[in-house]
Amino acid sequence: MAGKKYSAGVKAYRETYWMPEYTPLDTDLLACFKITPQAGIDREEAAAAVAAESSTGTWTTVWTDLLTDLDYYKGRAYAIEDVPGDDESFYAFIAYPIDLFEEGSMVNVFTSLVGNVFGFKAIRMLRLEDVRFPIAYVKTCGGPPMGIQVERDLLNKYGRPMLGCTIKPKLGLSAKNYGRAVYECLRGGLDFTKDDENVNSQPFMRWRQRFDFVMEAIHKSEAETGERKGHYLNVTAPTPEEMYKRAEYAKEIGAPIIMHDYITGGFCANTGLANWCRDNGVLLHIHRAMHAVLDRHPKHGIHFRVLAKILRLSGGDHLHTGTVVGKLEGDREATLGWIDLLRESFIPEDRSRGIFFDQDWGSMPGVFAVASGGIHVWHMPALVAIFGDDSVLQFGGGTLGHPWGNAAGASANRVALEACVQARNEGREIEKESKEILTEAANSSPELKIAMETWKEIKFEFDTVDKLDVQHK
Amino acid sequence: MSDIQSFKQSHKYETFSYLPEMTADQVRRQIQYAITQGWNPAVEHSEKENAFGHYWYMWKLPLFGEQSVEAVLAEIDECRRANPGHLVRFVAYDNYSQSQGLAFVVDRGR
Repeated sequence: MAGKKYSAGVKAYRETYWMPEYTPLDTDLLACFKITPQAGIDREEAAAAVAAESSTGTWTTVWTDLLTDLDYYKGRAYAIEDVPGDDESFYAFIAYPIDLFEEGSMVNVFTSLVGNVFGFKAIRMLRLEDVRFPIAYVKTCGGPPMGIQVERDLLNKYGRPMLGCTIKPKLGLSAKNYGRAVYECLRGGLDFTKDDENVNSQPFMRWRQRFDFVMEAIHKSEAETGERKGHYLNVTAPTPEEMYKRAEYAKEIGAPIIMHDYITGGFCANTGLANWCRDNGVLLHIHRAMHAVLDRHPKHGIHFRVLAKILRLSGGDHLHTGTVVGKLEGDREATLGWIDLLRESFIPEDRSRGIFFDQDWGSMPGVFAVASGGIHVWHMPALVAIFGDDSVLQFGGGTLGHPWGNAAGASANRVALEACVQARNEGREIEKESKEILTEAANSSPELKIAMETWKEIKFEFDTVDKLDVQHK
Repeated sequence: MSDIQSFKQSHKYETFSYLPEMTADQVRRQIQYAITQGWNPAVEHSEKENAFGHYWYMWKLPLFGEQSVEAVLAEIDECRRANPGHLVRFVAYDNYSQSQGLAFVVDRGR
C-alpha cells in the first residue's frame, strides 16, 4: 500500500489488532481464548496482543512489515465477552484469515495459535476454549482413515456400542501370556482388546512377539465365536520410521486395527499414520496420553474440545473421551459436547455444552467416542445413555478383575450391554431402571451376577476440576 | 477354586446373541423401535456354516417404507419356513447414515 511510511518503535497492539467492527468471513478460522491478563492491562489491549502474537505480530515495528499486506494477513480480535461467574478473566474472539495456514496441517495451525503467545508476559493465564475450522480448511484435511460407518461394516457391529478392554497389568507381561489375556477377553464376548498406552516395545515384551501372539488370539476367538474381533496394536514408537515399520508388520499379519498416541507421538506423526491407515485399509485407535496436562486447568492451556477437533482433522477412527462416571475427570454436559464434535456432521453453537462456534465438518467421517477408565457393569446403563451406539466402552479392571477370569468378565459385560440396549430400544429409562434391568439380565448369566456382586460398592464420586463456566454467585 | 465356574465357549451372532433368544413379543418391540427410527426393515438368512461372511441371502427385497410390525414378522416367518435350519436375521437399513441402525439374529436355527 503506497503512502505508508516506516516509523520504528512500539505501537499499542489495539491500534492494529482490535477490530470490533470486523465481521468474520466464512473462510476465517475463528478462535475463542479465555484470557486472564496481568493487573493494569485492559481487555481490548490484552485481546489484541493475543491476536497479534498468534498471527503476524512481533513486539516492535519492523521495516519489512511494509513489504507485505499485513492488513490482510493479521489476526483480528473482533469481540470480547464476560466469563460467567468470573471477574478476572474474559473471552476474546479472534478471526484468522485462512491463508495464514498451510493446508491440512494441524502442526502449522497450532504452532501459530498456541505458540509463543502462551508464554506472553502481559497475559497471566491463557486458555484456548474453542476453534471454528472453516469448511474450506476442513476439506484440506484427511480426517479419520475409515470413520464410523465403514468400521461398522468391516466388523459387522450394528445397533450397539462396541466393547473393549485394556490388557493389565499394563507393564511386565511376556508376549505369550499377554496373548492369553487377549484371547480370553475376545472369546468371552468383547469386540476389542487394547494395548496400554505405555506398552510400546520394552525389554519384557518386544512389539513383534506381541503382534504375533495377539493375532493368533484374534484368529482363534473369531473362529470360535463366529464374530469379528480386533486388538489395538500400539505402533507408537520413538521415531516415525520405527512407527511405520510396526504398522507395516501389523498389516502384513492381517491386524484390522492399530493404535497411536497422538499427543505424545505428535500431530505430524499422527497425520502421517492416519494417511498410511487410509491407504492400507487398517483402522486407527487413538489414545490421548498427556491431554490432562493441557486441558485440565480451567484458565490455562487448551480445552479438550479443541484437542478432539485436532484429532478428527489429523485422523483417527476412535478417540478416548473420558467416561463421565468412571475414575477419570469429565463433566457430563461438556463431554456430550465433544462427543458430538467427534461424531456429527454439523454441530451448532451451544454454550450449555461449552461449544462456542457452529462447526461444519461437511462429509468428513466421524470418530467413535471411547469411554475407558474405572468402569464396571454397574456403570453400563449410564454409559449407554450418555454415549449412545457410536462408542466403544472399555472395561479393563471391569473385565480382567472378574472372580472367574477374563472370559467370564467379558461375557458379563456383553450381557449387561445387550440388556441395556434392548431395554433402551423398548423405551425404558435405563438409567432410572438400571438395577432392574441388570438384575433381570443376570438371571440368565451367572457371570453377570457375580460381577454385580463384586463391584456393587465401587464408585468414583469426586467433583470435576474443569467445569463449564456458569454463573454460580 | 471350587466356586469358580469354567467359561463355556459357544458360537455367537453379534448383537443380542449373548441374551436368551427373544420371545415373539420382545422381537416385536425391537422391530417397532427400528420402524420408529425411520429405518427400513429387511430380512436375511444363511446356512450356519456360511454365517461369518459379510453377505447373507437376502429374503426378497428390503421392505422399504414398511410401517407394520406384523408385516415384517410375517416375512420373517415365511423366510423361516422356506429355509429350515437357517439363521434368520432382522436388519434395519438407515439410509441417512448409509449403515444399518440395527441387525440381530431372530432365529438361531435348530
